[in-house]
Amino acid sequence: MGDVLVVAEHRQGEIRDVTWEMLNLASQIAPDAGGQIVSVVLGSGIDDIAGSVAGASDKVLCVDDPLLENFNGEKYQKVLSALIDEHKPLIVMIPQTAEGVDYAPALAVEKGLPYLTELVGLKIDGGKPVAERQYYQGKVNAEFSFKDADTYLFTIREAAFEAIEPAKQGSVEKVDSPLKEDIDYRKFLEYVEAEVGDVDITQSEKLLALGRGIKEEKNVPDMEELAKYLGADMCGSRAAVDAGWLPHDRQVGTSGKVVKPKLYLALGISGAFQHLAGIKGAKTVVAVNKDPNAPIFAEADYAIVDDLFKVVPKLVEKLKEEKGA
Amino acid sequence: MKTFVCIKQVPDTSEAEVKVDSSGKAVDASRFSFDINDADNYAVEAAVQIKEAHEGTVTVVSMGPQSSDVMIRMAMAKGGDDAMRIEDSRINAVDPLSVAKVLAASIKDKEFDLVLTGCMASDDGHMSVGVAMAEELGVPHVSMVKDIEVLGDGKIKASRELEGGLMEVVEVTLPAVITIQTGINEPRYAPIRGIRQAQKKELSVLSLDDLGVPADQVDESASQIILNKLYVPEVVSAAEFIEGEPEEKAEKLASILIKGGHV
Repeated sequence: MGDVLVVAEHRQGEIRDVTWEMLNLASQIAPDAGGQIVSVVLGSGIDDIAGSVAGASDKVLCVDDPLLENFNGEKYQKVLSALIDEHKPLIVMIPQTAEGVDYAPALAVEKGLPYLTELVGLKIDGGKPVAERQYYQGKVNAEFSFKDADTYLFTIREAAFEAIEPAKQGSVEKVDSPLKEDIDYRKFLEYVEAEVGDVDITQSEKLLALGRGIKEEKNVPDMEELAKYLGADMCGSRAAVDAGWLPHDRQVGTSGKVVKPKLYLALGISGAFQHLAGIKGAKTVVAVNKDPNAPIFAEADYAIVDDLFKVVPKLVEKLKEEKGA
Repeated sequence: MKTFVCIKQVPDTSEAEVKVDSSGKAVDASRFSFDINDADNYAVEAAVQIKEAHEGTVTVVSMGPQSSDVMIRMAMAKGGDDAMRIEDSRINAVDPLSVAKVLAASIKDKEFDLVLTGCMASDDGHMSVGVAMAEELGVPHVSMVKDIEVLGDGKIKASRELEGGLMEVVEVTLPAVITIQTGINEPRYAPIRGIRQAQKKELSVLSLDDLGVPADQVDESASQIILNKLYVPEVVSAAEFIEGEPEEKAEKLASILIKGGHV
C-alpha cells in the first residue's frame, strides 16, 4: 500500500487537462491505495504550476531545474527513476500523450515495473490494482491484474476521466534535481506551430467529416458534392488526412482541431477516442458506419448503420431536390 | 546507414465488427483481413527513403505468424534488403515489454545506426514497443516523429508531433530508435520488379532459441501483467438509429437535416 504519484503535464506554461483528469482518478483510488496523492512537476520556473497542482494533491514534488526547461523524454526518465527510488509509490500515473509515451515505456523497462498503458479504468482491490484498457480503437475492452510488486506504472488515456475541481491545499516540496549535467545525445531545438490553412474548422457551423471508410481518393469528390449541398466545410479523421484527401489543418481530434459545429456529419469514421475527443462540443452529430458497434455511435444523435456509398448518393439526390424546390 | 525497421501485421477493424472468442482472452480473427500496421508502413517508407538518400541497408524485422511473410516480402519489394521473422509461441505478445525485449534481441548483436518502427499499432495501441526497445538496446530514442533529416555527423534532426499539431524539433545522436507517426511521407506502392526481386531476398525465420533469449524472460511467467478477460463494451448510444433500405435511410436523414435547419 502506498502513495499515488501523478506526473503532471504542462506545456508552454499551461497545465494540460490530462493532469486534472489523472488527479481525479488518483483521488478515487488513493483511499484504497492507503496513501497520499503526490504530484510531480518537472520544469524550470514552475512555482506557479506546482502551486496550482497542489490544489488537487496532498503533496507536490517540484523539480525546478534549468536543464528541464523544455521537455525531453530521456531527462524525464532519469528524474522519475530517481524519484521512484526515493519515494517508492504504489502507483505511478503518466499521461498517454506525446510526452508520456516518450518516457513511460523506457522507465518501465529500466525499473522492471509492471506496466500497462492507456488505462480507461483503475481500482485497487485488496491492495492490488485492477486495470481496464481498450483494444482495436475502442472496440474491445480488457481487464488486467498484476503480479505483486512494490510499484506499478500506468499511463492514463486523455479525456477518459473528468477533470477534478481543485479543493485541496497540498504542500509544495522543492526537490534537488537528480540531473547533474545536461545530456548530449538528445537535444531540444525548438517548437514549430502548426500551419494555418484557408478554412478554420474550429469556427465552422457545419462539418462533413471523412474517415478511413471513404477508402480511396476517387471517392472524395462525391463527398465534396454532399458538403456543397449542405453548405458544410470538409474535415476528417487522422486516417483521411494521412491519406492525403485533406490538408492537415482539417484534421479533427487530439492531434488536430477541437471543433464545435452545429452539425457534424461523420462518414466512415469508426470513432477512435482521439477523434471523439475533438467533437465533444458538436451540437448534432450524424454518423454513417457499417459496424453497428462503431464507437462513433456513442457520440451520435442520428445513426445510420449501412454502406455509406449507398446512402450518400441518395442523400445528395434528396438535398438536390430540396434545393431545387 | 544501417537501418532496421520493425513492422507488424494487424487486422483491419475500421469497419469490422470485433467479437471475443470462446477463450475470453482473444478476439475471433477468422473474418479479419490483415495487412501491415499503418504506422509501420510509413516507417518502411522512411527507411527506404533514408537508404536512397544516404546509401546503406534496410533490414525488415517482424514478430508474427507465417502469414506475415506476404507483408514482409512487400516491405522488401519496396527496398528492404533482407528480413527476419520471429515466431515462437512461447512469447507473451500481450505484453509490449516482452515484445520489445524479443525485437531488441534480434538487433542487439548486429551493427546498426537506426531502428525505425511505427509509433502505434492499431490493434493494441500501447505506443510502447519502440521506446522500450531503445532502453533494451541502450540507445536514445525519439517518438512520434513526423519529419526526419539526416544531419551527417552521426546525428538526426527529428520533429515530434504533439497534441494540436505542435511540432517539437529535437536532435538525436545515432544509433537511435525512432518511432514514426503516420503522415510523415507518402508510402510507395511496391514496383512489379521489386516484388519479383523480393522473392529472392533472404527472409530468416527465428525462434527464441535462435535469438539466444531464454523463454522464461519473455513468456507468460516473465510478464508482470495478467490479462483476465476481453469483452466488447456496450456502445451506450442515445442516438436515433435510422432504419430501412439505404434509400429510405437517406430520405429520412434528408428530412431530419431539413427540419433541423441544416440545409
